[in-house]
Amino acid sequence: MQILKGMNAALIGSAVVAVGVIAAPYYVDLFQIMQLTVFAAMAVLALSLGFIWGYGGILCFGQTSFFGLGAYAYAIAAINFSDSTPAIVMAILIPVIFAALLGYFMIYGGVSDVYLGVITLTVSLILFNMVNSTAGDFYKIGNARLGGFNGIPGIPTFNMPGNPDYILSPEQAWTVTGLALIVVYLGLRVLIASTFGRIIIAIRENETRAALLGYDPRFYKLITFMIGGAIAGFAGALYINWGAFVSPTIFALGLSAQIIIWVIIGGRGTLIGPVIGCLLMQWMVTSIGEQQTLDANFILGAILIVFVLLVPKGIAPTLRDLVLARLPAKKSETAPSNERVKA
Amino acid sequence: MDIAIIVGLDVISGIASLVLISAGLAVIFGMMKIINLAHGEFLMLGAYATVLSVSAGVNIWLAMLVIAPVFVGLFGVLVERCLIQFLYGRLVDTMLATWGLSLVIVGGTTMIFGNTIVGVGSPLGGFSVGQYQSSLYTPFLALMAILLMTTVWAVMKFTRAGLIARAVMQNPDMAATLGVNPARVYMATFGAGAAMSGLAGGLLAPVAGVVPTMGAAYIAKAFITVVGGGTSVLWGLITASGLFGFINQIAAFLTTPVFGEVILFVAAVVLIRMLPTGISGKFFKGRL
Amino acid sequence: MTLSRRNFLRTTAIGGAALAAPSLIGSMAQAADGPIRIGSLLDLAGPLAATGEPMAYATELAVEELNNAGGLLGRELELVSYDTQSSIQLYSQFAQQLAVRDKVDVIHGGITSASREAIRPIFDRFRTLYFYNTLYEGGVCDRNTFNTGTTPAQTVEKLVPYAMNLWGKKVYIIAADYNYGQITAKWMKKYVQDNGGEVLSIDFFPLDVTNFGPSISRIQAAKPDLLLSAMVGGNHTAFYRQWAAAGLKGEIPIASTTFGLVNEPATLEAAESNGVLGSYGYFEELQTPASLAFVKAIKDKHGAQTPYISELAAASYEGVHLWAEGVKKAGTVDRIPVIEALETGISFDGPSGKVVIDPKTHHVTRNAFLAEVEDKSWKVLETFEQQAPLDTAAVCDLEANPTDTTQYEIDI
Repeated sequence: MQILKGMNAALIGSAVVAVGVIAAPYYVDLFQIMQLTVFAAMAVLALSLGFIWGYGGILCFGQTSFFGLGAYAYAIAAINFSDSTPAIVMAILIPVIFAALLGYFMIYGGVSDVYLGVITLTVSLILFNMVNSTAGDFYKIGNARLGGFNGIPGIPTFNMPGNPDYILSPEQAWTVTGLALIVVYLGLRVLIASTFGRIIIAIRENETRAALLGYDPRFYKLITFMIGGAIAGFAGALYINWGAFVSPTIFALGLSAQIIIWVIIGGRGTLIGPVIGCLLMQWMVTSIGEQQTLDANFILGAILIVFVLLVPKGIAPTLRDLVLARLPAKKSETAPSNERVKA
Repeated sequence: MDIAIIVGLDVISGIASLVLISAGLAVIFGMMKIINLAHGEFLMLGAYATVLSVSAGVNIWLAMLVIAPVFVGLFGVLVERCLIQFLYGRLVDTMLATWGLSLVIVGGTTMIFGNTIVGVGSPLGGFSVGQYQSSLYTPFLALMAILLMTTVWAVMKFTRAGLIARAVMQNPDMAATLGVNPARVYMATFGAGAAMSGLAGGLLAPVAGVVPTMGAAYIAKAFITVVGGGTSVLWGLITASGLFGFINQIAAFLTTPVFGEVILFVAAVVLIRMLPTGISGKFFKGRL
Repeated sequence: MTLSRRNFLRTTAIGGAALAAPSLIGSMAQAADGPIRIGSLLDLAGPLAATGEPMAYATELAVEELNNAGGLLGRELELVSYDTQSSIQLYSQFAQQLAVRDKVDVIHGGITSASREAIRPIFDRFRTLYFYNTLYEGGVCDRNTFNTGTTPAQTVEKLVPYAMNLWGKKVYIIAADYNYGQITAKWMKKYVQDNGGEVLSIDFFPLDVTNFGPSISRIQAAKPDLLLSAMVGGNHTAFYRQWAAAGLKGEIPIASTTFGLVNEPATLEAAESNGVLGSYGYFEELQTPASLAFVKAIKDKHGAQTPYISELAAASYEGVHLWAEGVKKAGTVDRIPVIEALETGISFDGPSGKVVIDPKTHHVTRNAFLAEVEDKSWKVLETFEQQAPLDTAAVCDLEANPTDTTQYEIDI
């Protein structure tokens, strides 16, 4: 009953946002629409890590591996098929297969915690190095030159399913991306409310206990990891739909760290937190680039430090606690800290 | 034959530089369970301290071996007091904070010194093996790595400070009960780790491109070496550096530097999969 | 109960965020009849900042000079510049911002080829004129884009025979592992073979490599007469360091098409860099009056910390002025008339000498120089007047195919 009520609220909230997404092109100018599009694509990526880390307890330092693989898979498929629909499927499929192999290798091998983090980070560095060294003209998949450091320019963006000649306009691309974000968010909400979601939370809280109750933690973690890979890969396709360009920096250390920062700033153990963290940081980085008096890195770093000292739980949980503290005492005693994840 | 000696020297230099660039991170990770993402920037500060001192007329050996570690060590203590001490026991928050710190250091250094800086030349000449040339600096780096490891070992093994450090490392609560102040030990440890990074940065200055963003080229390798080695500071570091340095340099000589890197990373992944707690978790449990 | 309230809060938060977003971004006034707006996209933070900084100075200087001379068409010029922080995503974002929101009349910028390829289609799509003022591998064929830097045919062709004459026929090539390095290495190989030499090996290095020990051993094992280098960036300066530390400096000489782009002669010790040969479209040490005035203007403004003023800065400066000449001739800032005016073979006398736009390729015919490092600065040895962009011309003809937008890989 409670869960259903929660879902109702989520549905109503999402419906409101969806209306906003559809109405935005009539009220907001083209540039802002395009900027919101990339923010929303990145928010989908943030959700993928927010889910596997916040709910599955898997700290993946290399979520960019799946994002980048999705982007490259989309690029190669879109150039070869000249149709975005099968390319989007590839952008999800390839990262899922990769996540299944990598996840099986790690999780069934008993790797966990920071060691899992290092393996995933290393894998993203391997991908970076390998894709980076494909500058020669013999690195070609079908019609798509991999291009090494320079990347692949001029990738076809989304078209109407079944009609490759109808390319979506920037406004339509925004609607697709914005709605995709809502769908992914709601999908994860439903998943977390389901039996599967309860099992993975149980495993996160106490792996041994869950195992004794008959759930194989390795299997559930692997599935969680694969779902995260699928979402990240999908985010890669959305990202290309915005920029029509991909280069190996998509695998680089900087972006991996940024995703983690989005999740921490927004709040782990929530789904809305990573989205907020991502939008906020993206907006901030963009604003910093518009001024030239202070070094951009300097400002960004200072903000991060202040944040970790003053708002350590992240924005979403802190706001929630603030609001709960103002509600009648009877309720506030249930103010949860159990959603915080052990480091 | 001559080429074998030269390649052997390359391998030794690869191992030695891994030991040097990872030592500070290993001490901080092994003893405090903190992942210092500003480690690369500590190296950079050491290199800057050296270059600036030399261009101010200081003797290069003094700059590399004394000024760089002392300066970065003091900086480390400052960072620990102002930032890290509030975050003990919060692994992820320390990562975020030190990541922020690394951005601040890169940005600050760029604003103060600009993007390029006058470097220092290598203080030692070259020598020949048959018809091949190599730098005397290579054996010097190896010597410094050995000295550093020996010093760490001796301090930990034979001094009172080392005893206390080991006690806090094993069981901070118990050590506190016995009258040790863990906060002070952590401060000293962080400072010592930073000083080791500063020393490494100073030693790298003559053979590296010294720019504010240079830290990024080292952090991932240091991170992988330390985690591959596990929490045993000394043996984990030495074995992991030995293994990775050997694989990397041989592969780089036989193929290209790219494959050298890729093979190093693949080796690290396989190693951590086989030994999920690092080399020392399996073979040197409970040792330094 | 708790669950539902928490959920409600989360969902309202997302609604709030989405509604607040447009106002967060803010809006900027459009200027239709105000000043002429010039967009600039350069990296001023991160690893590429060392390259971007002098380019930004030169762009600012050119705009300032035009304004001091009374602006263009009676209107003042306004520079709208964004710091892309060495991130490709920000290049795309700010490119859209300049083209769609700020509606600037022209954009100058882009450093790496990757950044250019990310933004060039955006300017094509939103019909905004684009100048790429960096030396690069060549081959861009796009009517909306003008490339004012040198390409390999203009510099490598001079450097290779000169170095081979001095030192010998057996050549070892090292290059940065991305398109610029790959393609430049091909040109080096071609010119070595054209001049009767032999290439022993070509090694590529990713931009983040810092340890060159094994590679230096490989080079020694091959025993070349000379080393041709197209190494790029701060990390790669370590190569020259380690090369000199191994005592090879006097043994095997080096010629390079990239040495100096991030201030290597000043960064390295004199002993490490003396005698290295380089070839570019401009050197700070050029003693012509135009060059002296250009260097003085930048140094007066930015003081002692001014980085080396390389071809990148000169080409950025000349790029802005070439565009201004086009605007003057067209009598408007509208895109097509300006392109047509530029295609009449407009020229500008800049710090590097006369720079002429080649209508067929949208590249430039410009002087090339050959110089040697001496005591941390360049000594210009030879000047090659008016070198045409022959490499791109072999594949690109915008007069015949004005709708082309490809970057061609030139078959050698």
